[in-house]
Amino acid sequence: MKALKPTPWRRAALALAAAFALSGCLTPSSGGHDDDDEYGPPPPAEHVVHVTAHRFAYEPAEIRVKRGEAVVLVLSSLDVPHGFEAPRLSLSATIRPGAETRLPFTPREAGRFPFHCSVFCGDGHEDMAGVIDVDE
Amino acid sequence: MQEMIDRRRLLQLLGIGAGVVFTSRLAGAAPRPARLLDGDAARATDEFFFLQLSDSHWGFKGPAVNPEADRTLKQAVATVQKLGAKPGFVVFTGDLTHTTDDPDERRKRMGEFKEIVRALDGTELVYLPGEHDASLDRGKAYVEHFGPLYRSFERDRIHFVALDNVSDPGALVGEKQLAWLEDDLSRVDAEMPVVVFAHRPLFDLYPDWDWATRDGKKVVDVLSAKKNVTVFYGHIHQENHTMTGAIAHHSAKSLIFPLPAPGSVPKKAPIPWDAAAPDKGLGFRRVTPRAADAAQRVVELEVGR
Repeated sequence: MKALKPTPWRRAALALAAAFALSGCLTPSSGGHDDDDEYGPPPPAEHVVHVTAHRFAYEPAEIRVKRGEAVVLVLSSLDVPHGFEAPRLSLSATIRPGAETRLPFTPREAGRFPFHCSVFCGDGHEDMAGVIDVDE
Repeated sequence: MQEMIDRRRLLQLLGIGAGVVFTSRLAGAAPRPARLLDGDAARATDEFFFLQLSDSHWGFKGPAVNPEADRTLKQAVATVQKLGAKPGFVVFTGDLTHTTDDPDERRKRMGEFKEIVRALDGTELVYLPGEHDASLDRGKAYVEHFGPLYRSFERDRIHFVALDNVSDPGALVGEKQLAWLEDDLSRVDAEMPVVVFAHRPLFDLYPDWDWATRDGKKVVDVLSAKKNVTVFYGHIHQENHTMTGAIAHHSAKSLIFPLPAPGSVPKKAPIPWDAAAPDKGLGFRRVTPRAADAAQRVVELEVGR
């Protein structure tokens, strides 16, 4: 299909159409019902934290989140299989190279919660640890 | 529910247990400091006993925590040789060698370990894998050098079970071994004492430091079907005595470097070398299951010089 050459008029028309479409999405419809009433409030955004594991460390090794917020740890490995275990938060996962492991949780209390590698990965495995700081 | 036992509680239990044949609730450790074998050996001459050596980490290099890493295992073996009486067997509860990525080097270390303990020829040697021996290749080199990853045997009317909770790098015993254990114990007379060896603790000793076995609860549930069970393990490089229900769990000191008590410091790390007391925190133990003097049933011993 031949592409239309952008002209000032075409740009203005596109911008108007986009604004109209957006306003339709974000404001109550002409029927007058309230989206919050029908569907509830929009879900809070997830706090996504990417954590990279490699022999023999995590990056970051200190993860800071807030109590009550929905957190998703996205775990990946740069070399060999590793584990991610935070016993006091009941979090446990195996991290395989070449794939992301998603670990959702919502911390219910503030504090410092250690985590460590739970899959033996070589000389230095015992040092592979970090902490999740949950703020109020 | 688990209960860590302090020395006062041990004294109470051992006092009650005097004369009882290895009743699991009463199979505590000697409530006194480690010592050399001199003098102890004579007391053990007439009775069946075994020795537990653990965590020699042959091949480890770390001058800050043990500049004599190539000496400690040899010295412990020499001390065992000085024993007046011959043990029923010597059990090595894992981490015989220190881990390496190089499969050839792993086999070399295992060969050297075997060469060192060859000095004990004539004494039955029982081996268990630790994660340093077996996790990176799922026990391949270990099996070549030391035989099966898990097994059972009977000596002196006691059923002994050697478990593998390390060849799965995720510290799992696994369903296959669990089924084997259940079947194995079902063939054991209900009154026969059962002694279990493992590398890692079979209960949640301190999960924050990975001092646990992922499916250890399943193992303890299987063991709980027997009346009289005692577990001896390694991994944590120090003595620890804990009850889970009626089962006593005793960890052994290492032959390389001590580790801090569970949760006593923010970060788990070897305790630095003390030149004034170079063998402090190291050692092995003698277990005399039917010793009339309860305090003699589990005795901690020094490596010696």
